[in-house]
Amino acid sequence: MKHCRLSFRTLGRHGFLAITTAFVIVPFIWMVSLSLKPPEEIFQASFSLLPQSWHATQNYIRAMTASPLPRFMLNGVFICAVIVVFQILICAPIAYALAKLRFPGRHVFFNLVLVSLLIPSQVLALPLFILAYQLGLLNTYAALVFPFVVSPLGIFLFRQFFNTISDDIVHAARLDGMSEFTIVWRIMLPMAVPALIAFSIFSVVGHWNDLFWPLIAVRSQELMPPPLGLMAFKNEDTGIDYGPLMAGSTIVVAPLVLVFLLAQRWFIEGLTSGGIK
Amino acid sequence: MSGHGLVLRNICKKFGSTNVIRNLSLNVIPGEFLTLLGPSGCGKSTLLRIIAGLELQDEGSIAIGGREVDGLRPKLRDVAMVFQSYALYPHMSVAKNLAIPLLMRRLCAWQRIPVFGALLPGTASRKSEIIEEVARVAKSIGISHLLDRKPRQLSGGQRQRVAVGRAMVRHPAVFLMDEPLSNLDAKLRVQMRAEIKELHQRLGVTFIYVTHDQVEAMTLSDRVAVMLDGELVQVAPPQEIYANPHDRRVAEFVGSPKINMIDVNVCGGRLAEIGGQVLPSELTIGQGTLTVGIRPEAFHLASSGEPNSISAAVRLVEHMGSDLFLHLDLTGVPDPIIARLPAASGHIAPGNRLHLRIRTEQLLLFSENGQRLKQQASVTPLREYAR
Repeated sequence: MKHCRLSFRTLGRHGFLAITTAFVIVPFIWMVSLSLKPPEEIFQASFSLLPQSWHATQNYIRAMTASPLPRFMLNGVFICAVIVVFQILICAPIAYALAKLRFPGRHVFFNLVLVSLLIPSQVLALPLFILAYQLGLLNTYAALVFPFVVSPLGIFLFRQFFNTISDDIVHAARLDGMSEFTIVWRIMLPMAVPALIAFSIFSVVGHWNDLFWPLIAVRSQELMPPPLGLMAFKNEDTGIDYGPLMAGSTIVVAPLVLVFLLAQRWFIEGLTSGGIK
Repeated sequence: MSGHGLVLRNICKKFGSTNVIRNLSLNVIPGEFLTLLGPSGCGKSTLLRIIAGLELQDEGSIAIGGREVDGLRPKLRDVAMVFQSYALYPHMSVAKNLAIPLLMRRLCAWQRIPVFGALLPGTASRKSEIIEEVARVAKSIGISHLLDRKPRQLSGGQRQRVAVGRAMVRHPAVFLMDEPLSNLDAKLRVQMRAEIKELHQRLGVTFIYVTHDQVEAMTLSDRVAVMLDGELVQVAPPQEIYANPHDRRVAEFVGSPKINMIDVNVCGGRLAEIGGQVLPSELTIGQGTLTVGIRPEAFHLASSGEPNSISAAVRLVEHMGSDLFLHLDLTGVPDPIIARLPAASGHIAPGNRLHLRIRTEQLLLFSENGQRLKQQASVTPLREYAR
């Protein structure tokens, strides 16, 4: 009896999860499916996942050649890499100080970090735009990078992870002659690799997909990251041509999916042992 | 190589409003093995961290080898520490763990940078020197075969050895050990205890060893410093601590099974009585109560009716192999007392009545406030005394 009820509950749970997952994954599948179809099939009344006549090669070639998509991708890689490197360089020492050093006001600082986690990035867009204008950074790579180099999320994640590392390790390191910065780079960060990977994925995904800030910060096509590029691409060249557009979207999303699948294990470990469950 | 002495003067430390260490002074002789013994929370680990420079004292000063180290960072104090949790760097191999203290001291910041540092002049030769030294230390403590492993692949005893090795490798003047054996199982603990003792004899440097385990304190130390509630109650060699405690708390903390404490009345400044046995002593207090401490081994069997013996009912018998621990009820004494008799004392079962005598030269007398009363107590039968 009890066994029966349990399996029914399990079934219900899996059903619910399957439905919610479908909400997320169906648009992706639809996107990939459209990228394989010729234009006349895209607006067909009947639905099929696979095309009757394959148009993949044409769509993908068009996507890569009709716009500077490779350039957008390289921009994306460059911007994301610079952002994530700066974020780690800045967040790790801050997180170490908040987790392991005792100084007056550290709770206040940590609470400030938590508060800033709650502020949506759009709220800061205008002040940041004015700042970038005053500094003469608009329409440069620097404009795309500078608002993100200090990440409250990164500070929070690293701080939670560093908190779980025993004080004895820090004490041992001090006795072994390490400076506080050496402790951060040689002891804490290597021990926090799961958190590091989880945070890097968050950061890279977030900034690879970011459309809002690049839209404000840059105008010239040479600086555009992939989503902004795709948008420009839609307006100027293809108009209503959904096949190549979907092909372009697939190309843009593919690296993220690939990286996530490779790093999935660390990603989950980093988040769960970092304190958020 | 010989160790440095260590002088602590009037050390005070507060965490918030709690006094963790109160006005503590201690003089450690060069090359000595000194144990800080006390229950958990008595401040002994804090004191060790203050010596290492990992915590700062609120008041007082510390000198190591005649040099004041109060303002010095841990690195510059020439001390090494072994932690209870071992505190090995989990992402580094054993060899790297051992090499770190030397790398940090002998290479400059530029030389430590990966890849780039290797190109600088002198890096390679110093590194090979360090590798040799690590190999030598590893060999001397029997972990040569483990050098390539990560700490998580080691057993508790092996980790402990690596932790000791990391402390040894840079030849510190003072070794600090914070309950290094408490994470090991009983058998390994005995073995590692012997190894630590041997290490101390071999190196001849000063050891300060923190433990709550009195067996470790008694077996390892040249002197034991008993610490209670942030104060040093007594600093003396182990046998002295055991036989001649200055304070009731010391007597109660040291010794297993625990010392029996019996409150007795002093009548007319002369007489006290335990289970029918009378203790005359040259006491200055006229009336009142005092406490008599009787070590379990101060009892011995007497034949029935022997003058001056006390009669006790056996509650419980614990066989320890070489000894018997008897839990006894004594008339007029509220709590059961424990006596330790040789295993060859014959068959004793719960419910039996025994006749015991007390070796009076081993009695310890304490006043009501816990101070040891130094008067020699001797037991004379009431009749003899009356004569």
